[in-house]
Amino acid sequence: MVTRGFSSGRRPPTDGDARIPPGQYLEQGFPVLSAGPTPRVRTQDWSFTLKHGPRPIKKWNWAEFNALPLTKMTRDIHCVTAWTKFDTPWQGVLVDDILADAGVEPPTGFTLAHAFDGYTTNVPVADLTAGKAMVALLYEGKPITPDHGGPARLLVPHLYFWKSAKWLNGLQFTTRDEPGFWELRGYHIYGDPWREQRYMDDP
Amino acid sequence: MSDAAAVQSPWQTAGIVRIEKRTPRVTSFFLQPSRPFAYRAGQHVDVRLTAPDGYQARRSYSIASAPETHGVIELAIEKLDDGEVSPFFHEVAAVGDEFELRGPLGGHFVWPEDESGPLVLVGGGSGVVPLMSMLRHRAARNSAVPVVLVFSVRVWDEVIFRDELIALDERQDGFDLVLTLTREAARRPADYARRVDVAMMVQAMTRLPEPPGVAFVCGSNAFVSAAAQALIDAGLAAQKIRTERYGV
Repeated sequence: MVTRGFSSGRRPPTDGDARIPPGQYLEQGFPVLSAGPTPRVRTQDWSFTLKHGPRPIKKWNWAEFNALPLTKMTRDIHCVTAWTKFDTPWQGVLVDDILADAGVEPPTGFTLAHAFDGYTTNVPVADLTAGKAMVALLYEGKPITPDHGGPARLLVPHLYFWKSAKWLNGLQFTTRDEPGFWELRGYHIYGDPWREQRYMDDP
Repeated sequence: MSDAAAVQSPWQTAGIVRIEKRTPRVTSFFLQPSRPFAYRAGQHVDVRLTAPDGYQARRSYSIASAPETHGVIELAIEKLDDGEVSPFFHEVAAVGDEFELRGPLGGHFVWPEDESGPLVLVGGGSGVVPLMSMLRHRAARNSAVPVVLVFSVRVWDEVIFRDELIALDERQDGFDLVLTLTREAARRPADYARRVDVAMMVQAMTRLPEPPGVAFVCGSNAFVSAAAQALIDAGLAAQKIRTERYGV
């Protein structure tokens, strides 16, 4: 359905076309979106807990977590509100390296990421391992600001960005795929931008 | 839990049935969806425009109308100079035009009426739009839930829905309107002439007969960050504050 009089638009540059998922536009800035106030988490109060169901597997404080191997990851990111940002440079700890440090193999196929503000989001284990995802500690070489999820946020760049939970404080293995905060409020259970899985009834 | 999963709907055609200029930069578009839908105060819709070559642009807009206005929905759209979709609405769109719409969407920034208690609403600029839906819903139901709205704009002439808000305030039925102008002198006794701050939030909450059950804050990211922090510093628990940010 062509909209009368709509023709110009903010078209992506031609060389970037293949990098922009359907329904997205290219954003140069870094918009901030979140469901509540921005928590100010001090690194001395910070911790990250790996859990299997209710049972803690291992807990790290800020210094212990920062001693894990740091990996650089520069990726395009895609927000469900329709902006895409190219080449965002992060550094952090791969989920693979967290599991290795804890000395565990994933005990289930699903996880729920937890944040200091009570936010949760579900991500299958297959989308977190094999170098696909990290707990990011730095953006553009500097500590991540509170607005963008610092001290630490999950980074799962191949899914819509609500999956990359801000103010992360834990990852919990779950037996089933448990919907998180936005997944319980109408958003897609998986969230693949290339299949445009924005809302729960998208295929 | 207070947030039921949103009922979803596929894309549908909607036509513009009326256009009303609200302020120099904000215009209301009244839309008739081909398949009218029920929604809750605070929800939004996605709008999709398609160019002749197939290029599409989509944006989310909050609904300004009350759920009681069956059928036609009102979107109040601010013109963004570097925008992609809002210039179409402001410069091209006319009564009778059609485009694609999807909704209602969003299950968090909605008023959980049954158990929330008094409400604090804080809006910056066009961030007042979803809050207006809540206020209209309250008025349509003759609800007695105490509500205070703190609405921040630069100048008096940018107060979206000004006459209607003042009329609601004058009903003296438990709704208090507080306007704060950041670039002009205050005009009403309840009003301020500065940016939102802790003292203003403390005073706003004292207008309620009991502490608020929930606060809704909507506007630009800078506005929402400042207002939400001011509410926390004024003693409101962070878990009671729901925010919606334009993202910029």
